[in-house]
Amino acid sequence: MSNAVHIVVCAGIVPDPLQTLEPITTPTGPGLKNEMVLPAVLDPWAACALYEAANLAAKNPGSKVWLVSLGPKAKLQQVMMTIAQKVSFELVPIDGPIGGFPDAHSTAAVLAETIAALSGLDRERLLLFGGWESATRGAGVTLQLVGERLGITDQFQGVDKIDLRDDGSFEVLERVEGGKHQVSVCVGTPAVLGWATGNLAEPRNNPQVGMANMRTIMPALQKAKSTTLPANGLRYVSVSLPKQQRTTRVVKDLTPDQIASELVEWIGAE
Amino acid sequence: MESILVLTHADESGTALTKASLEAVTAGLELASQLGASLTIGIVAANPAPAASSLAATGARLLAVSGEPFAQPRYATDAAACEALCRAAQATIVLAPASARFTRVAAGLAHRLGGFVDTHITSLNVGSIGGTEAIEATRWFYRQRVEAVLSRDLRPWFLLLDAGTHTAFAGDPAPAQVEEVAVQLPPIRTTVSGLREPKQDQQTIRPDAKLLLVAGAGWTKKQPDGQIHAAEAGDLILGFLHAAGASLGSSKSLVDQGGEGNSVLPFLTHLNQIGQTGATPRHAKGLSTCCHGEEPHVVGWRFIADRRAISLDPNCGWTRGKADVVYIADAFQVIAKLNALLEVNKS
Repeated sequence: MSNAVHIVVCAGIVPDPLQTLEPITTPTGPGLKNEMVLPAVLDPWAACALYEAANLAAKNPGSKVWLVSLGPKAKLQQVMMTIAQKVSFELVPIDGPIGGFPDAHSTAAVLAETIAALSGLDRERLLLFGGWESATRGAGVTLQLVGERLGITDQFQGVDKIDLRDDGSFEVLERVEGGKHQVSVCVGTPAVLGWATGNLAEPRNNPQVGMANMRTIMPALQKAKSTTLPANGLRYVSVSLPKQQRTTRVVKDLTPDQIASELVEWIGAE
Repeated sequence: MESILVLTHADESGTALTKASLEAVTAGLELASQLGASLTIGIVAANPAPAASSLAATGARLLAVSGEPFAQPRYATDAAACEALCRAAQATIVLAPASARFTRVAAGLAHRLGGFVDTHITSLNVGSIGGTEAIEATRWFYRQRVEAVLSRDLRPWFLLLDAGTHTAFAGDPAPAQVEEVAVQLPPIRTTVSGLREPKQDQQTIRPDAKLLLVAGAGWTKKQPDGQIHAAEAGDLILGFLHAAGASLGSSKSLVDQGGEGNSVLPFLTHLNQIGQTGATPRHAKGLSTCCHGEEPHVVGWRFIADRRAISLDPNCGWTRGKADVVYIADAFQVIAKLNALLEVNKS
C-alpha cells in the first residue's frame, strides 16, 4: 500500500480530428460552426494520460483515478459512452463551455477548485495528470496553472514515461528539443505530469468496465456543477481559417528516374 | 507605458544562449522599438557572463541569475529564477522562447506574478483597438487549423514565441554590465540526471535540417508483388535521411503499427509523429511519401513552406491544394533512384 497514488486526470473533449472546422462569432466570443453537434472525442494527449493513469493505478494497489472534465454535460455524456469502456475511473464532470477560445486561466481556476474539493483525495499522494497540450487551445498552460494553484512545484511536461519506484520516488522522461528525452528523478508525490503520447496502446473496449463506470458516471453527470469562464481581458481581434490554398502541379507521366532527377535539383536549390 | 522583459536561457553547453532565446531577443528589440518601450533581458544560466557578453550590442538592461541550480532545466529552480528576474524587471510584457525549458514554467510563473500567459505566438504587432494602441499576438488553435489574433488588457502579459518565427540576434561580443539577481530557492525535490537520445547515427529527428521527409503507412502495406517489404522500406528511408541530411517525420498510423504487432520501421517512435497528435516542425521543404495527405496529417505541415509528395493515388489529399507538386509514382522506386543520385552527387 506504500506506493498507492491518487491520480487526478484533467481531460477536455475536442471535435473529432476528421471534422471540418469553421470559426464563427458567437455572443460570447469566437466559436466553431455547429460546435455542439460535431462528434467529439476525449482530447488525444489527455486520453494517453488517462490510460497511463489507469495502468499505474493497476500496478499499485490502493490507488485511485479521478477524471475531471469540463464541457457541456450532453457532450461529456456522449464521449463517456466510449471512454468508460476503456479503463476504470471516477468521473468528476463540470458543466461548462466547450472549445479552444475560453481563457485558460479561468479554466484552470475552476479545475483547481474542483480538485481541491474532491472527497477522499490525499493531496500528499497526488499525481496530477493531463495532456501536455490540448487539441483545441493547444496552449499547454492549463495543467501548470492548476498545479500552481494546488501548490505543486514539481512539474513535468511532454512526459512519455513514469517509473514509480518502491521507495515512492519516480523517474520521468520528458520530451525536449531534438528528439531527446530529459530524465529526472523526483523524490515523490505530489507532482504534475503533462503527458505526450506515452507508451501504451489504446485499451480495447471492455463492456464490464463500462457498466461499472456508468453506474457512477450518470449520477455524477446529473449532479455536475455549472460554471462560466471569465475572459480575463482576453480579446480576439480576428479568428479565421488559413487562406493558403496551393496550386498543385500533379505529375503523372514521369519515370522514377526523371522524378528522382527533378527532386535532386529541388533538394539542392536554395 | 509598456516595459519589456525578454527571458533567455543557456544551451546545453551552459555558456551560450539557445538559438530560440536569441530569436526572442530579436522579437523584444522589434517590439520595444515599435512601442518606444524600455527593454530588459534576463538570463538563466549557471554562468551567465558569456551569454551577457553576446547581448552587449542590444543596449538593453541585463539581469541574470547564476549558480549550479540553474545549470539544469527543472520546474522548481527555473520558476524561482524567472520569478526573481520578473520581479526585478517589473515589466508589463514578458517575452520568452517556447523552449521545453520555459514552456514547462511559463504558466506557473504568470500565475505567481498575477499575470496571464499565451503561448505558441507566431508574430507580434502593434495595432489599435478602439483607438488605443494594443499589442496583437498571432497564434493557432485546433492544432494549426484555425488562426487567431488576440490581445489582452491585463498585465503582466507573458508571451511564449515559437521557434523559427524571428531571426536570431547576432551582435559582436563585448564586455557587458550584468545585474545579478538573488533567488530564493525552494526545496529541490527533483534531480535531473541527463538526456536520453538515440545513438548519434540513429537519430532521425533533426530540427535544423532544411528538408523534412514524412513516411506514411503505405511503406508497410502490401506492394504490387503481394508482399510487405518493411525491411527494404526502412533501408530506403534511412538511406535518404543519410544522403539528404533530412529529418524524419511520420504519420500516426505508421507509428501505431508497432503497437499492433504489424510490420514496423524499428527506428520510428512517437517522437517522429507529425500532425494532429504529433509535432508541427519548421523546415524549409517537406517531401511526403506513402501518406494520403488528409487533414489530420497535413495540420503538422502548417509551417513547411515548399511541399512535394509522392503518392500512388492521384486523388490523395496532397493533390487538393495541400502540396506544390505531387508525383504519382511508386515511392519505393523513386526513393531508390533518388538515393543513388544523391550519393553520386555527394561523392
